[in-house]
Amino acid sequence: MEKRFMTGNEAIAEAAIQAGCKHFFGYPITPQSEIPEYMSKRLPEIGGVYLQAESEVAAINMLFGAAGAGGRVMTSSSSPGISLMQEGISYLAGAELPCVIVNIMRGGPGLGGIQPSQSDYFQATKGGGHGDYHLLVLAPHTVQEAVSLTMEAFYLADKYRNPVMVLGDGYLGQMMEPVKFEKATTHGELPTKEWILTGAKDRPPRVIKSLYLDPEALEKHNLRINRKIHEMIKSEVRVETYLVEDAEIVIAAFGTVARIAKTAIKALREKGVKVGLVRPITVFPFPYKTFEEITERVGKVLVVEMNLGQMLEDVRLGVCGKAEIRFYGRTGGMVPTYDEIAIEVEKFARERR
Amino acid sequence: MQIELEKIFERPRTLRPVTTHYCPGCGHGIVARLLAETIDELGIRERTVGIAPVGCSVLLYNYLDVDMYEAAHGRAPAVATGCKRVNPKLVVFSYQGDGDFASIGTAEAVHVAARGEKITTIFINNAVYGMTGGQMAPTTLEGQKTTTSPLGRNLDQTGYPIRMAELLTTLDGAAYIARVSVNNPKSIIQAKKAIRKAFETQIRGLGYSMVEILSQCPTAWHLSPIEATKWVEEKMKPYYPLGEFKTPEEG
Repeated sequence: MEKRFMTGNEAIAEAAIQAGCKHFFGYPITPQSEIPEYMSKRLPEIGGVYLQAESEVAAINMLFGAAGAGGRVMTSSSSPGISLMQEGISYLAGAELPCVIVNIMRGGPGLGGIQPSQSDYFQATKGGGHGDYHLLVLAPHTVQEAVSLTMEAFYLADKYRNPVMVLGDGYLGQMMEPVKFEKATTHGELPTKEWILTGAKDRPPRVIKSLYLDPEALEKHNLRINRKIHEMIKSEVRVETYLVEDAEIVIAAFGTVARIAKTAIKALREKGVKVGLVRPITVFPFPYKTFEEITERVGKVLVVEMNLGQMLEDVRLGVCGKAEIRFYGRTGGMVPTYDEIAIEVEKFARERR
Repeated sequence: MQIELEKIFERPRTLRPVTTHYCPGCGHGIVARLLAETIDELGIRERTVGIAPVGCSVLLYNYLDVDMYEAAHGRAPAVATGCKRVNPKLVVFSYQGDGDFASIGTAEAVHVAARGEKITTIFINNAVYGMTGGQMAPTTLEGQKTTTSPLGRNLDQTGYPIRMAELLTTLDGAAYIARVSVNNPKSIIQAKKAIRKAFETQIRGLGYSMVEILSQCPTAWHLSPIEATKWVEEKMKPYYPLGEFKTPEEG
C-alpha cells in the first residue's frame, strides 16, 4: 500500500473520511486548523458536507443534530475550543449520540498558548461536562496510530452510542510522517440505527433527548449509560508495554510524551539501565490492571506528562502503593526532551528504596 | 334514532390527544395546534423533524406526533442545521422561546439566518422566562415587572428589548420573516397563514424562515387569561409591530 507523507492533522482528517465520515462541523483554532481546512476541500469531493460553525458551541450542537439524523460525524478543536464544547458533549452523551471529537491539545489554562500540551487529560477522561458520563478516549503517539485510532473511533462511537475523543497534542497534529490508510478488519457488525430521526413514516415518532424530569427515570437512564461505560472498561482497554519484561523501572506516558520516552529508553538501555514503558492507548478506560500487574515485579514508576500531573492520579490508582512513583512534567507548551527524561530515570534509578 | 353528522372540525392528526403542561390561557397550546394543522395540511408529518430546546418549549415533543430532538438551551438552530445537512429531504423546524432565541442562543439565531439554512424557526415571544418562574427576558418591555426586575425593567440598567424579526430581516439568508400574535381569533388565523408560509419557504428551498409569535403568559404576568390577551394587544404590539418583514417574493 502506498504511503503518504502528511501532518497528523491532515492524516486524522483523511482517516475520518476513509472511515465513512461525511459530515464535519468545526471552528478554526490553532494548532488543529489543518483538520477543518482539509475537510473543507475533501468532503465536497465525496458528496459530504463541511460546515464552518459560528462557534465551537454551535459546532458541537450541529454534531448533535447530524448524529441524530444518522450521519457519521466529527468535529475537531483544541483545548479552549473543547472547553466551549463541554455542554454539548454532555448532551451528546446524555442522548447517546455517536460522534468523534478530536482534541489537538495546546497549553492552558485560559487562552494559554498554541504549543503542545497534555493538560486536558482530566477534562477528557473524567467527564469534562456535567453529569454522569465518560467519553471513550484514544491517545495516539504517532501519525500512523492517529490514523488507525481515528478510524476505530467511529466504530467505537457507533458500537457504544457514545462520543469518542481522539486526544492528541499540537506536536502530533503538526508533525509530518509517512502513513498508510488501512481499514481495520477486526470490527464486528454494527446494529442498525433504530433510533435516528428520519421522519415518522410507518413507525411511531422518535425523540432524541437527555431530559428525564422524573428522577427514577433519569436514574434508570444513567444506569444504562453506566452499563455501557462498564462494558468499555471490560472490553476496550488498550495499552502498549515496551521493554518491561526485565525492567527495574518503568516510565508511564501517553501520546507524544510516550514517543519521546521510547527514544530515552533506547539511549538508557545502551547504558545498561533496565527501563521500560507503559503507554495507555485508551486513557479512558484506563489500563489500571497493567499497572497492577507490572508493579508485582517493578518497584519504580516514573510518570512523564506535558502537564503538572494529571494521568499521574490514574497511575497512582493502578499502582495502589505497591511501587514508588515519581513525576516529571513540563507545562505551558514546553515539550520534555528525551535527555531530560533520561536524566530523570537515572536519578530515580539511583534512589535507594 | 341515529343521526349521521358530518365531521367538519377535528383534532389534527399531528396533535396527540394528551393534556399539555401549559398553564391556562397560555399561547403555546394554540401554536402547537397551528403547527399540527399546518403539518397536516402540507402533508409533511412523515418527513418533519422538530427541535425543542430548554424552556416551556421543550415538552413540545410530547404533543406533536413527529420525530423530535430536545436540544440544549439556545442551540436548536445548530441542531436543526446538523440534521438538515445530513438529510436535506426532511422538513426541520425549531421551536424556541425568547430566552432561548433572543438571549442565550442569539449567535445561533443570527447565523442560521445568515447561512440561509433551509429550516424554519417558530419563535414564541412572551416577554418573560416562563419555565423558570417569571424572570426578565431579552424581550421584557420597559417598566415590566418580573422576578428579576421587581421594580419594572429599567432601560438604563438592562438595555432595550430585542426585536428579533427586524434584526433577522437585515440578513440576506433570511427568506421569510414575520411577526404574528395569538391573542384573538383574527390574529390566530393570521398566525396560521404565516406559519404555513414559513414552512412553504423551507420546502421550496428558498432559505431560512422565522415566525415570531407574540404569546400570552398569564401566570408569569400575574394576569387573568383575558387580561393577558389585552396586554399583548395594548403593551406588546406597540413595541413589537405585527407584519411580514420579508417574503420570498420580494427576494
